[in-house]
Amino acid sequence: MQIELSEEQQMIQALAREFAEKEVKPVAALLDAEARFPHETVKRMGELGLMGIAVPEAYGGSGADTVAYVLALEEIAKACASHAVIMSVNNSLYCDPVLKYGTDEQRKKFLAPFASGQQIGCFALTEPQAGSDATNQHTLAVRDGDGYVLNGRKVFVTNGREAAVALVFAQTDPAKAHRGISAFLIERGTPGFLVPKVEDKLGIRASDTAEFVFEECRVRAANRLGEEGMGFKIAMGTLDGGRIGIAAQALGIAAGAFDLSVAYAKERKSFGVPIAQHQMVQWMLADMATAIEAARLLIWRAAALKDAGRPFGPEASMAKLFASEMAMKATTDAIQVHGGYGYIKEYQVERYFRDAKITQIYEGTSQIQKLIIARHVLGAR
Amino acid sequence: MKILVPVKQVPDTATQVKIGADPKGIDTAGITWIVSPYDEYALEEALRIKEKQGQGEVVAVTVGPERAKEALRSCLAMGADRALHLSDPAWENADSLTVARALAAVIKQEAPPLVLFGRQAIDDDMGAMPAQVADLLGWPCASWIMEETISEDGKSVRAGRQVEGALEIFTIPLPCVLSAQKGLNEPRYPTLKGIMGAKKKEIKDVKAADLGLAADGAQLLVVALEALPPRPPGRIIPGEPAEAVKELVRSLREDAKAI
Ligand SMILES: Cc1cc2nc3c(=O)[nH]c(=O)nc-3n(C[C@H](O)[C@H](O)[C@H](O)COP(=O)(O)OP(=O)(O)OC[C@H]3O[C@@H](n4cnc5c(N)ncnc54)[C@H](O)[C@@H]3O)c2cc1C
Repeated sequence: MQIELSEEQQMIQALAREFAEKEVKPVAALLDAEARFPHETVKRMGELGLMGIAVPEAYGGSGADTVAYVLALEEIAKACASHAVIMSVNNSLYCDPVLKYGTDEQRKKFLAPFASGQQIGCFALTEPQAGSDATNQHTLAVRDGDGYVLNGRKVFVTNGREAAVALVFAQTDPAKAHRGISAFLIERGTPGFLVPKVEDKLGIRASDTAEFVFEECRVRAANRLGEEGMGFKIAMGTLDGGRIGIAAQALGIAAGAFDLSVAYAKERKSFGVPIAQHQMVQWMLADMATAIEAARLLIWRAAALKDAGRPFGPEASMAKLFASEMAMKATTDAIQVHGGYGYIKEYQVERYFRDAKITQIYEGTSQIQKLIIARHVLGAR
Repeated sequence: MKILVPVKQVPDTATQVKIGADPKGIDTAGITWIVSPYDEYALEEALRIKEKQGQGEVVAVTVGPERAKEALRSCLAMGADRALHLSDPAWENADSLTVARALAAVIKQEAPPLVLFGRQAIDDDMGAMPAQVADLLGWPCASWIMEETISEDGKSVRAGRQVEGALEIFTIPLPCVLSAQKGLNEPRYPTLKGIMGAKKKEIKDVKAADLGLAADGAQLLVVALEALPPRPPGRIIPGEPAEAVKELVRSLREDAKAI
């Protein structure tokens, strides 16, 4: 067995680290405070090729792989979890399915500008009554001539306000339940596609989370991704890949909080010595370091399986479950290491703590990951 | 225009340098290696000249061990067109004159009108290379440049070099050697496409014999590296500010003889 990154993967990691340190970290706290979308830095990320990492060059992407993607994502998340989720959604939840299921025509129009970062995409599956139970889609797409007419509501859409195109799931044949769901690429500005609300949130505050309303919204059949009824399969397959990204985001959040904690523990003194010399502080740091490393290996394995074209769903769920739970614990302990100062915004670890929480929720809650993993180990379907 | 950019692979600026078991060198275990930052300014400038002229070729060169290929690959990822790796037992433990001879020989073969160095490598800070190479070639040299413009006819370069409180402007006929100072430009990040494409570009291995050079032995030998003595701790002068300042001034004048 060998765990060795290729030279390209190492260079991409180094690039992402330098970019995150120099360009993202300095603006993270202010963006969080103002809940402001980072247009400037996201544009730069696009120019560098971070918005379509595993998409082939022919479709505007960087032609790298999923391992490079998680390496870069970890580095970005170390500096700012909001940048990381913006990047993750565009790469995993938008570009990935358009590449996999799109026709050549669709790839030209709906992939190239997004993989190169000129535009941002989003993924709208969740509805008020359909979160964990994503099969319970109420948005309707009714066939009408050479197109469809959509009516319904989507909530919690990451990148929703900024996206030029949304990948939207809707029921085309309610009688068939989840086998009647289809996927559509809907352009911003299409009449009847409204964005009435953006949420105010606990964490990842520089990432926008929007609500969509579709009112008699006409979409051409050419905008349907995959066949009619394939929507749920596309959504679930896409989320398998997305979970590797969210796991990497969680890992980066934990690693960022850990770095802050190590630096602080060496500097802060109590009882005449740096707190890093107190065994109970060392204990927390050792636990954090170990859990971070374990998460990293789970993530790398899931990513490598995806790159090898092998099944990776359960591994992605394990990586996401472990990394997000670990991130919540690590950021809680990071505040503990900082004592009272950790509770104060100036010291930044509280932002990592607030950002960590969402990783246990989106792209399938921890409970849902456990369901998937249990189903896998029990061999049931 | 063809531009040659010699680069050196050096330990990352954040490295805590430790003297090695053999005190002639440093302990290289766990070191992250990078392209010396001043060389990145040189490479960036070369790429900008090429982009401005809409044509040309940027060639990165290094003298160094096998791992120095990584530095060349970084240059290729940033946009250099090809690279030359001068690697030969004859150049192990080479002093600056030996390296300069190797570079001068490869420059003669490549015959570029412009060679752009960084002002110095940040490992040993010797800063000898640009001038030594220019001397061996018999070419003019301007060091620590802050700006440059190649003339319309491509026959000369106007270069501004940093001097105390001012820029000294030269017009230099090509071919020539320039060395880059910080502030010349802001080096670009390599793009992911650049990184993925770097493997497809050529890194040519060059041996001493290919340049018609014999092993001529270093004339400058490192005898040993010695750690700096630890800095004495600072002194806190207690008491009321007005009194403490008097004591501070006295101490600066009489003990430290600083004022
Ligand atoms: C900031 C943010 C960004 C988001 N971005 C997107 C996006 O870009 N696109 C998108 O489509 N969605 C997005 N979501 C939605 C997100 O994926 C859902 O919120 C998530 O899947 C949970 O659904 P829910 O909120 O309806 O919770 P519910 O499904 O109502 O769950 C409530 C609780 O019940 C538990 N639970 C539910 N069912 C079970 C079960 N069968 N067994 C055990 N426990 C169960 C859950 O684990 C949870 O603890 C985002 C959400 C947020 C908050």
